[in-house]
Amino acid sequence: MKLKFVEERIFNLLMVLATLVVFGFFASIIWTIARTGFPSLTWEMVSQLPGGGFYLGKDGGILNAIAGSLMIVFASTLLGLAISIPIVFYINVYLKKASRLAYFARLSFDVLFGIPSIVYGAFAFTIMIFFGLKTSLLGGIIVITLLIIPIFVRSMDEVAKSVSKDLLDAAYSLGATKLESCGVVLRQIAPGIATATLLSVGRAIGDAAGVLFTAGFTDNIPTALNEPAATLPLSVFFQLSSPIPEVRERAYAAALLLTIIVLVLSVTGRLVTGRFSKNRIK
Amino acid sequence: MEHTGLLRRRVAANAMASKLMKLLTIISLLTLLIIGVGLYYKSTAILGEHSLWSLLTGKEWSPLSGQFGFRPFIVSSVYVTVLSVAIALPVALLTALFLTENAKPWITKVVFPILDILAGIPSVVYGLWGTLIIVPWIADSFGPLFVDYTSGYTLLAGGIVLSVMIIPLLVSLFIELFSAVPKDFKDASASLGATRWQTSRLVVVRKASPGIIAAVVLAISKAFGETLAVLMVCGNMVGIPHSLFDSAYPLPALIANNYGEMLSLPKYESALMFASLLMFVIILIFNAISRVVLQKVEQKFKL
Repeated sequence: MKLKFVEERIFNLLMVLATLVVFGFFASIIWTIARTGFPSLTWEMVSQLPGGGFYLGKDGGILNAIAGSLMIVFASTLLGLAISIPIVFYINVYLKKASRLAYFARLSFDVLFGIPSIVYGAFAFTIMIFFGLKTSLLGGIIVITLLIIPIFVRSMDEVAKSVSKDLLDAAYSLGATKLESCGVVLRQIAPGIATATLLSVGRAIGDAAGVLFTAGFTDNIPTALNEPAATLPLSVFFQLSSPIPEVRERAYAAALLLTIIVLVLSVTGRLVTGRFSKNRIK
Repeated sequence: MEHTGLLRRRVAANAMASKLMKLLTIISLLTLLIIGVGLYYKSTAILGEHSLWSLLTGKEWSPLSGQFGFRPFIVSSVYVTVLSVAIALPVALLTALFLTENAKPWITKVVFPILDILAGIPSVVYGLWGTLIIVPWIADSFGPLFVDYTSGYTLLAGGIVLSVMIIPLLVSLFIELFSAVPKDFKDASASLGATRWQTSRLVVVRKASPGIIAAVVLAISKAFGETLAVLMVCGNMVGIPHSLFDSAYPLPALIANNYGEMLSLPKYESALMFASLLMFVIILIFNAISRVVLQKVEQKFKL
């Protein structure tokens, strides 16, 4: 047999192996999290606040972290959408294709996308010290919003770029202003907005390094913006460092909860993208 | 009359919206600058006391006596990052080639959602997986083959966990690059009698090589900035790691571990902000380069 066929065989095998390795990692992660998490994932876990002696293995749950995470994610997703949709419109409808500002905007958002959350967190922390703010729900919301704006802009821009120019021209020829034509673009990028939202929610709920500095941690559900807020990833992290096995088991359960949320988001992402596409003109 | 009033309102609304959107765009662009300036401003206290060179190369780290040498952390960060890319790159390349060139459609249909999910799993979950699976494996099975004793919380553990975290990013970037290589090239290669692997190696990978480099740089900057997972598996002991089975203490872990007490010691806060600035600058440069290269590659293929 010729050498090239031997080589072909070997590398075909290696490629299959590599794919299996990726699959193996995936299976191992899901299996580990499920196996360790399910035994301690009880209704009490998700419906109660930490009781007295919770961190010594006594009764209670992680409702504080669930509520804190949901508040931060919900608020920052809304804020992020409100800020990034106008930016996407501006770059794609108002600016010309070859515009320098558009080029720099895209590049900057790409770069911002790559900035790790710990840098955002450290930066926000200094700002908060500067203004005399303590760790709070508001701080967490601001950091997460900063973190997800680049995700929003990048993924919506990807879709908006491909919107046909004819469509805009048709709107203009009917006398629509640019602002009114944005409505046309909005329908076209609706699936993009849906996917972007799910992506950002996934990243926002899983982020720990950013909120570590800014949102703090508490056993209560925050009732005002200036109170500290607990978050799920930090709840996993803190409980995991405990020497008491019961507390560590609850960390596993919290991690499983977090993973389930991310899995659900990812699956709905695939389903929703199809549903929102009905107005899409190719 | 009413019609001109309506028209005027519509035009005014358009002009208003345009200004507002421009403002929003420019403000969010400025964030990059503001973060850089803010972190630099915070680091001036320590930069005024020690020279940049002594901060970067100093080995002594004892905030109590005012000694801030970042070398152990920088070296740890570089080792962990390089190790993770060294593990992830071959796996990601082969997987991406398999999925674009060889795999049957049903396989890609299964693997794509898996990559999506892997990319979305929070770093704390990766960290947990690392402490439950990778760390004991290194401590009990893999480590003893090479060294007498290792705790498992090592450079190697950090590298493995990080590599799993960057594989989905690399694979999806590679798939994009490989499927952009024109089919004519592949056909031409096949018609000259090349096997599929020869085509992949000599045409697809070579054609996509600038993009591959850019993607790797992107993955490097992601691995470099990853915090919680490495914090959980690296061991975090100050010192320059000498082998894969030594503990490491990367920069992000340093910042995350000490933010609580940084306000209690003089210059400590400034030192940690300097660490953030360092990461910011490195990642900024890496990201900007790779993005520009990727854009160039994209344009080239479109022609």
